[in-house]
Amino acid sequence: MSPELPPLEFTLPIIWALIIGTAVALYVVLDGFDLGVAILFPFFREERERDQMMNSVAPFWDGNETWLVLGGAGLWVAFPKAFAVIMPALYLPIIVMLLALVFRGVAFEFRWVAKPAHRPWDVAFAAGSTVAAFAQGLVLGGLLQGIAVKDGQFAGGTFDFLTPFSLLCAIGLVVGYALLGATWLMMKTDGPLEERVRRLGTPLLVALMACIVAVSVWTPLALPRVAMRWFSLPNFYVLSQVPLLTILLAWSCRRGIRRNKVHQPFLSAVALFVLAYVGLVISNVPYLVPPTITVWEAAAHPSSQLFLLIGTCLLLPMILGYTVFQYWVFRGKVRDGEGYH
Amino acid sequence: MNDVFGIDGNTFARLQFAFTISFHIIFPAFTIGLSAFIATLEVVWLRTGREHYHLLARFWTKVFAVSFAMGVVSGIAMSYQFGTNWSRFSEVAGNVIGPPMGYEVLTAFFLEATFLGVMLFGWNRVPRWLHVTATIVVAVGTCISAFWILSANSWMHTPAGFEMRDGIAYPVDWSQIIFNPSFPYRFAHMLTAAYLTTALVVFAVGARYRVARRFEPEAKVMIRMGLGALLVLAPLQLLIGDLHGLNTAKHQPAKVAAMEAHWDGSKPGDLLLFAVPDMAKEKNHFEISIPRGASFIITHDADGLFPGLKDFAPENRPGVARVFYAFRLMVGIGLLVIAMALLGGWLWWRGRIFDSPWYLKLAGYCWPLGFIAIISGWIVTESGRQPWVVHGVLRTVDASSPVAAGAIATSLLLFVLVYGVVFSIGILFIRKMLGKGPVPVAAAPAADDALANRPLAVAKDAVRGEAPPP
Repeated sequence: MSPELPPLEFTLPIIWALIIGTAVALYVVLDGFDLGVAILFPFFREERERDQMMNSVAPFWDGNETWLVLGGAGLWVAFPKAFAVIMPALYLPIIVMLLALVFRGVAFEFRWVAKPAHRPWDVAFAAGSTVAAFAQGLVLGGLLQGIAVKDGQFAGGTFDFLTPFSLLCAIGLVVGYALLGATWLMMKTDGPLEERVRRLGTPLLVALMACIVAVSVWTPLALPRVAMRWFSLPNFYVLSQVPLLTILLAWSCRRGIRRNKVHQPFLSAVALFVLAYVGLVISNVPYLVPPTITVWEAAAHPSSQLFLLIGTCLLLPMILGYTVFQYWVFRGKVRDGEGYH
Repeated sequence: MNDVFGIDGNTFARLQFAFTISFHIIFPAFTIGLSAFIATLEVVWLRTGREHYHLLARFWTKVFAVSFAMGVVSGIAMSYQFGTNWSRFSEVAGNVIGPPMGYEVLTAFFLEATFLGVMLFGWNRVPRWLHVTATIVVAVGTCISAFWILSANSWMHTPAGFEMRDGIAYPVDWSQIIFNPSFPYRFAHMLTAAYLTTALVVFAVGARYRVARRFEPEAKVMIRMGLGALLVLAPLQLLIGDLHGLNTAKHQPAKVAAMEAHWDGSKPGDLLLFAVPDMAKEKNHFEISIPRGASFIITHDADGLFPGLKDFAPENRPGVARVFYAFRLMVGIGLLVIAMALLGGWLWWRGRIFDSPWYLKLAGYCWPLGFIAIISGWIVTESGRQPWVVHGVLRTVDASSPVAAGAIATSLLLFVLVYGVVFSIGILFIRKMLGKGPVPVAAAPAADDALANRPLAVAKDAVRGEAPPP
């Protein structure tokens, strides 16, 4: 799978790929639910309900978003060659995502100050989150479909990322985040709001499954290397468990929604996301920039990777611990009229 | 690469970086100083138990929260720009400059996740000593952040501890990379600038309250602490700046030549009070100068020689006018602040400081001086490094991404629009808070003090009460 490399040159990129991969997965799941809550804003028109929705994610969004910074910075430090290709290739969606996140971030706080004239900030919150999610989907699709690389540099056009496939991924991610947001609200709210969000749950789940199936059929058909990965023997025996498990989790999510379970829908939706993520990783290992640059080819000098790894190993457990503590402090349902403001 | 309106992508990328970094630097510079000021207030409060120190600490913490949030928001976009607009730079310098940048992110990340939460939301939740400790850790943490980012930046000015192989920089010695020749000077200069900037703001706000006869004990504390800091730091900054200049003269002579608009290195340099540099004709128009003054400043010898711009090939010269004027603006402000501080010190010594409304009114207008000086200073050092992005290693024109000029122009426009909106609202926010002033907080409901990482949420209740801005 890789050329003959000394042990350090071989293992360090794998460790860094795991760290960055985990940071990105944490970001997708964590910021996914708070973006999703905002994506659902248009379905709830009453101010009181919107207050409740916002309060349910208010203590978390900032911490959730910092994983994006760690992912981006980590990619540059550990894999400068991949960073230098991916960022120019996905230029527009990345810029749009960053700016949309700025809007939704300040909307979080300015909405309360602006009351009763908070309508524009409702729009900024919902639209900013939806645009950010859509742009992230375009980034994902643009990466999965492959980037034109020549002599180690991006060699494509500004709008290369924009294809039917990347649009499918974008819609899929918006739908998926909405599902995460809906199941989060099932867990964190009660009363009429919870009832209505449960009614939204099943259509969102169906739509997400449709997108997952579409991507799973599309990629092996379009990309022979992906087909080889999944359908060659003996890979198939092991990897065929992934779609089976996906179906099982979707079933569990639906059951949880219908039976008014508190945690089951959200946890199943998170597991569904993680599994879809793992599926995409399986399709693309060991490429960081499919289909040309592997983790080893993109890696920074081992001394650079090692230097930052030391600091990361010291600080990351503390940050993780604090994150867990914070979710524990704010556990339980957010009731109507209860919040920070 | 194509262009838009005859401007190429590289220029748009430079404009975008200049715009976003100028916007960004305002906030970290202010928060570095402000966290140290708040920590000092809290230590005094802890030791004396005097309530108005507590009140002031809480008040400034709210201002700190908004500034910190705006620093983070604008900083996120900065870090991605290295990839989107400067991918060749990221690739060539990534091995060396990446880890310091990574440490900067980790420090900021860590701060935000833990101690900042206690500092902003923990007033009623943790014991006093723990809150003071958290604030001190935040103040030290902002310095550590500055340490790493300035180390990375300094390496671009005075690269060391690396070797080039196939056009890519590889690390050889980390201590040489981190403590590269210009780093200690730049770090000291910038940190002092940050403290000075905050001292000016605190001093100006205190002076305005005093003139309006509002918050009397608090205003006096702010005037004393602000002026005290200025009296020590403003002259110190002159000394540090001089040392930094000597270091630049040694490592980046072309920059110093541009700062002084000095063309002919075979003659001693005059100190130009005013001039219009002309790069095409390689001379200055309308010079007003002190003969040999520049030589005296740079070589500490009136007959000393230092390289002139003509000693460098035209393609290796920075844009002279920008560097020359920005340097004059920075030094001019520095001297003005020293004068203000000395005058204030004299009034203080005579016991008249609180009853000199003419002086305090003047002081009330001094708040933006630090910010302007910092931005000017960065224009001097960054424009003065041109045409290099990494001095002597990588040219700016070779560092940008293979992205169409139209895309960069579009994103520049978007940045200007979005930052314009967010910046205006944030400033409005801070104005309202300063207008309301350090009024005692009513017993807040417990949920209001929840331990969350939401800097702006703290600011929110500060804006609730309406009061005219100062």
